[in-house]
Parts: sequence; structure tokens; C-alpha cells
Amino acid sequence: MPHQKPTADPAAPTHESTDAAAWHREIELPSERGASRLITEDLLEQLGAHGWSPSDIFAIHLAAEEAIVNAIVHGNKLDPGKVVRVACLVSPTLARIEVADEGPGFDPGSVPDCRLEDRLDAPNGRGVMLMRTFMTRIEYNARGNRVLMEKQRSPVEE
Amino acid sequence: MATHRRIDVSKLGDVTIVKFLDKKILDEASILELGAELFGLVELENRKSLLLNFSGVEFLSSAALGKLITLDRKVKSNKGRMKMSNIRPEILEVFQITKLNKIFDIRKDEAEAISAFA
Repeated sequence: MPHQKPTADPAAPTHESTDAAAWHREIELPSERGASRLITEDLLEQLGAHGWSPSDIFAIHLAAEEAIVNAIVHGNKLDPGKVVRVACLVSPTLARIEVADEGPGFDPGSVPDCRLEDRLDAPNGRGVMLMRTFMTRIEYNARGNRVLMEKQRSPVEE
Repeated sequence: MATHRRIDVSKLGDVTIVKFLDKKILDEASILELGAELFGLVELENRKSLLLNFSGVEFLSSAALGKLITLDRKVKSNKGRMKMSNIRPEILEVFQITKLNKIFDIRKDEAEAISAFA
């Protein structure tokens, strides 16, 4: 899959990035419903401050929300003894979100395609697909308990 | 009539018009409540013609999509009809990506949706 080389090694601590204009944040979220807002509110504010368009902000917000809810509900199974680690980077051209849970992981390839005719009316299973569609790049680690998502800023529409 | 916290319900002729009170439909507790209120319109109040007007809705998550799908099923099994209108482009894109635009009857605005019930 062709993609631009990221500006920093995803495994490296994000504060070591050389992009002075970028915003970084790492946070541990409790495995509780609604915890995503502890990071998404700042993320949205920073995307706006870095000049991202409303439609890009919508896409990133949706992907972040789905990834974090999956980690809390499906990964950690709402276990109060487990946390979800989220690392965000926002620059004027790149948004990167990494979400890791303490669950056993899953095989993202095993999620059935919700667009198939006989699954169109299934109430679940759309989150991962929306993440894939709305972000430029999305990768899971081998265990399947950590996802890295990136979005390059869309060209400005006049 | 039931009290609603997540939706505003009105009637125009035989059509029940539902508007969402949350700009962002993403908090799981709110989505559970939203689902219960929507399902009640069909299961408790036996409303046959539902129009969901999304004006004012800026964001919804896949959990909210799940409730809309379940509602659509309930309406259909109750021999009713459901239409949607006033969906902003970003949310319309979500429906298109997930191909839910194939199972939902999506109209541009309320007037067009109302006339489609005739």
C-alpha cells in the first residue's frame, strides 16, 4: 500500500518530533464508556487551530472515536483495571492517532464486510471500516491490540 | 405520550417527525437512551410513518448507526415506513461508505420526505 513516509517513527516518543508546529498528547484513558472525550475535545480543538477543514476534522473525529470505543469496549471489555493509551499528533498537514488497549487483540481481517448484501442491516461492525475509509493510513500491530492511524490533510477545495 | 430527552417529536398529518436534540450523537449512554426513545415510537405508540430529520446533527458514531438500522427493521416489521432528511454531507458520506443509503430512504429535506409518504 503506497503511503508517504511518516514524519517520525511511530514507535518513538512523539515529543521527539522535529516539527515545531505540531501538537502532541499522550494520555491513559480509563476503560469506561464516554472516556474518549478526555482526549477528543482537545484533539478537535487542535485540528481547528492547525487549520484543518471541517470535513477532515469530522473524519478524524469519527476514526478516533471508533478506535477508542473499540479499545475500551471490545479490547479491555470495560475492565476498570485496564487502561487505553492514546497518543495524538496534529501538525498542519498530518494527524496521527495511536490507540492501544490491554486486551488480547483481534484480527481486523476477520471483521465481516458490512457492505455485503446479507449484512447491510446488521447493527454492528462498521467502526473499523469507517476508520479505514476516512484515514489515509491504518495499521494494526501483530497482536491486534494497537492501531496506528494517520490522515494527510486533504487538498483545499475552492 | 412518552417524555423524550434525546428527540423532539411532532406530527404533520400522518407523519411523525423526529428531530434529534444532540448535535453529536456519540456518547454511548445517550445512544442507548436515543434507541429506547426511537423504538418506543414504533413498539409502544405504533407510529407507522416516521421521518427522521437530521438538521442540527453534526456527528454520529457507528453505535448510532446501529440504532438507526435496528429502528428501520422495527418499522418495517411493523409494516411502517421510515424516511430521513436534512443530512449534512459528512454524515451522508458515512451512509454511502457503509452502503446504508441502500436500505434507508434518504431525502433532501423535510418537504420532499413528507411528499414521498403520500
